[in-house]
Amino acid sequence: MNAIKKVRDKSNRFAKQWAEFVIKRKWYVLIASLILAMGLGSQGNMEFDGDYHVFFSKSNPELEAFDALQEKYTKDDNVILVLSPSNKNVFTRDNLSAIESLTAEAWNTPYSSRVDALTNFQYTSAQGDDLYVDDLSYESELKSESEIQQIKQRALKEPLLVNRILNENGSVTAINITVRLPGEDSAKEIPEVTAFVREMIANFKEKHPNFEVHSSGLVPLNTAFFEASMRDLMLTMIMLIIVIITTFILTRNIYSTIATLVVVMFSIMSAVGFVGLMGIKLTPPSSVFPTMILTLAVADSIHILITMLQKMRKDGLSKIDALTESMRLNFMPVFITSLTTVIGFLTMNFGDVPPFWDLGNITAFGMTMAFLFSTTALPALMAILPVKSKVKQKEESKLIKANWYTTLGEFVVKQPRRLTIISLVIIGGLTYLATKNSFNDEFINYFDESVEFRTDTDYISDNLTGIYNIEYSIGSGESGGINNPEYLKNLNAFENWLEEQPEVVHVNAFSEVARRVNRSMHGDNEQFYRVPDNREEAAQYLLLYELSLPFGLDLNNQINVDKSETRVTVTIENVTSADMIVFAKKGEDWLKNNTPEPMHAIGVSPTLMFSKLGFRQADSMFKGNIIALILISLVLMFALRNFKLGLLSIIPNVTPVLVGFGIWALYKGQINTGMVIVFGMTLGIIVDDTVHFMSKFLRARRELGYDAKQAVIYAFETVGKALVTTTLVLLAGFAILSTSSFALNSYMARITVIIIVSALVIDFILLPSLLILTSKKNTSIKANN
Amino acid sequence: MKKTIITVVALSIIGFANAQTPEQRGLEIAKAAEKADLGFNSSSVQLKMTLKNKNGQTSERSLTTRTLELTEDGDKSLIVFNSPKDVKGTSTLTFTHKVGSDDQWLYLPSIKRVKRISSNNKSGPFVGSEFAYEDLSSQEVEKYSYKFLEEKNGLLIVEQDPVDPKSGYTRRVVSYNKNKGYRIEKVEFYDRKNALLKTLTYSDYKLYKNKFWRAGVFNMVNHQSNKETRLEFNDYNFDVNLTDDDFSQVALKRAGN
Repeated sequence: MNAIKKVRDKSNRFAKQWAEFVIKRKWYVLIASLILAMGLGSQGNMEFDGDYHVFFSKSNPELEAFDALQEKYTKDDNVILVLSPSNKNVFTRDNLSAIESLTAEAWNTPYSSRVDALTNFQYTSAQGDDLYVDDLSYESELKSESEIQQIKQRALKEPLLVNRILNENGSVTAINITVRLPGEDSAKEIPEVTAFVREMIANFKEKHPNFEVHSSGLVPLNTAFFEASMRDLMLTMIMLIIVIITTFILTRNIYSTIATLVVVMFSIMSAVGFVGLMGIKLTPPSSVFPTMILTLAVADSIHILITMLQKMRKDGLSKIDALTESMRLNFMPVFITSLTTVIGFLTMNFGDVPPFWDLGNITAFGMTMAFLFSTTALPALMAILPVKSKVKQKEESKLIKANWYTTLGEFVVKQPRRLTIISLVIIGGLTYLATKNSFNDEFINYFDESVEFRTDTDYISDNLTGIYNIEYSIGSGESGGINNPEYLKNLNAFENWLEEQPEVVHVNAFSEVARRVNRSMHGDNEQFYRVPDNREEAAQYLLLYELSLPFGLDLNNQINVDKSETRVTVTIENVTSADMIVFAKKGEDWLKNNTPEPMHAIGVSPTLMFSKLGFRQADSMFKGNIIALILISLVLMFALRNFKLGLLSIIPNVTPVLVGFGIWALYKGQINTGMVIVFGMTLGIIVDDTVHFMSKFLRARRELGYDAKQAVIYAFETVGKALVTTTLVLLAGFAILSTSSFALNSYMARITVIIIVSALVIDFILLPSLLILTSKKNTSIKANN
Repeated sequence: MKKTIITVVALSIIGFANAQTPEQRGLEIAKAAEKADLGFNSSSVQLKMTLKNKNGQTSERSLTTRTLELTEDGDKSLIVFNSPKDVKGTSTLTFTHKVGSDDQWLYLPSIKRVKRISSNNKSGPFVGSEFAYEDLSSQEVEKYSYKFLEEKNGLLIVEQDPVDPKSGYTRRVVSYNKNKGYRIEKVEFYDRKNALLKTLTYSDYKLYKNKFWRAGVFNMVNHQSNKETRLEFNDYNFDVNLTDDDFSQVALKRAGN
């Protein structure tokens, strides 16, 4: 084992030389650190991207399919305004006039390409022998009472309106604004639309106070993403205060607190610079990076500072000696823990969700810089600042605390076998429960009820229509084939089948247009409310109908240029992601079983993309997690210089995640995309506990010649407190993140809290028990040496 | 006081002497263009319409257009669809009016009936293309109000605001070629929120009968949807000698068969 001894001496020597260099050149080091941090920080540029597309990688097949559909027809992002008059009847002269004027105003929305409302609905009827297509209610203020009653009757019978633009009893109506965002700069385009719409709503409410207005749609969703990012970025300030308080309580020294603050601020500035240099646009998941870095970086400083102050207070060393000694003792552990954390965060790149790549990379960079500043700026600053110490003051309380950890150690040492069995049974049970979690990425539920987008959307779902949808582009296999009677009959059958499904709120299919026009071409005879049975007739009716439509209300959003495919849009109730996927599949299967091959289509939509996101992320992260586990176990084996313990460490490193998801199954039972990354991430964090505990255990065995039981008690006494304090700092950070209104962040933070607590419990109960049990066969490692 | 009056009078004299208002100049150009094209009597032409979406997928239609020149009211035109097959023979007849909405009928050969088309909706796309019906109909001077903007390389740029409130546009910006019989080179269309919607470019101009400029290609690009429609014309025939009888509902039925 001479070789190992050499390596250790070498690293000790390196750490010592490093410390001495930094202390000697304290001013240079400090100024160099400042220049580095400021230099990087000056490159910083915080831009946000709220477009929901950011959640999908370029190669995401659901996104590709959806984009292909949008390019075939029209690209539709929308704002839906839901109007609820207080008299619970849309059909009065005043209300219709109000809707008509708001509809006209809505055409002025930036990038708008289409506005669908009750009043401008293109009502088709027969007038004499002619086809008459016109707004359902035009110049509403001039309408007589009987005309308004007629409009009401027509509207409530119109399948294209009911449950989409109008509710069944005519008390709530909607205006759907379709916008075609150029997609060049979502950070500019989306706020532009939002600002216009918000002002339009405010003006409308002022003029018509009897209306309640709720808004939803894809543009408000994007805005909600924007605003969630900015809110979560603000959590940084709270965390900063917590860092100051915690550091002060733990070190009881104002200068240490300042030094810690400098280190974390430098780290964050560097990370912000990284964001700017890499051109990363912040999204809700990645906007929590400052809080993450604060939480994780503060531990490095605290370890170094506590040891230094202890050396001064307890052992009476001079400031410089204490600092050098602290650096010598902590350099390797801080390096190892930073390395594992960086590895953990970098594994996020294996996933399929770009915002988490950014989060992983920014935090990994920030942590690397935190390590650098903790070992340069921190000691330099402590060497400069006039730190004084009061020697041996708190001896008594220290003893009591030590006693508590000793008692725990003795408790474990007495019954390792029993504790192991109990732990494994509990872990086994929770692991079983963990498999009961199901994925759910309902994007509306990403936002909690404090967010207006969520409450407005819930209102719309409860009172008018659904927000989730699925689209099928159904082909006919030939140019102009959508007028083929066979195609129309099959399409109609599909429409009918969809209508029968319990979760379906509304179906918009071209077969409805064909039926409606056919009826009007036959003098509004209800018997002809069916698809035409002659191709030429169908084609020529369609030509006539299309010639009769006004600007912006054409069929281009429903029919492709070649008239060979049409788009079916199914609006669905709020169902879970799993049910959504099942439903889409059911539709696909129906087409397969009941229609000729060209009509087979796959369901696509943003809803479906989010529904599959969690599964896709889990699949892609699986490999990343395995690699993280292997890499981190290797780092541990190297750090502990022990193969067997490195292998054993897998148990306390992996089980907290299983326990975490087991408890989650009891708490929520539903997991989202944000939680998929926690395995790699928490692995990098909780491994620190294992490293510290095992290294102290090994030191007791190797250097002090203790047996396994004594070594466990020694480990409890020496690192028990440090583990508890770092866990508390981590808990504070993630507890703050768990208050986020955005579920991808808050759920991720909540399960991380559970995992970190579980990790501490496991490291205090199961790990020592296992260390004792596995050591029994060969009584002393030292003997082996 | 006296001084002011003198200044005002002097200024207005200078104003009248040097230039008309932009509105007058614009109207003058439109009238000059109309005048330059006067006297063609009637014409007939075959054309191919190609629709193209963002991905480059295309779809074709083939049409025949006949036009009869009228001076006291707007022109009459008749469009016959030759393809796609399922609309072959379908034809539209339009009477443009200088004042008020145009009259329009459609003949459907499948049911052998003529149907009138709702006259107040003419801003929608023509058979799924990027042309609105109003872009293709006869450009009567009375349908717009005018404002001259500038002259650039022999092109007179004039803004035209549609009189009809049901139009899909707030304004069009038209480039007239002063040296080539005031033929139109380019039109830019602004939608109701005054954002640039489409650009129509005319090219492959040919001079017929030494007087009438006709473009061989119309290319309409929609900047918002990135879709495109191209019209390619065969040679115009100005010797068809059509009369009012060729533009009646009876003629419409006949044209379709």
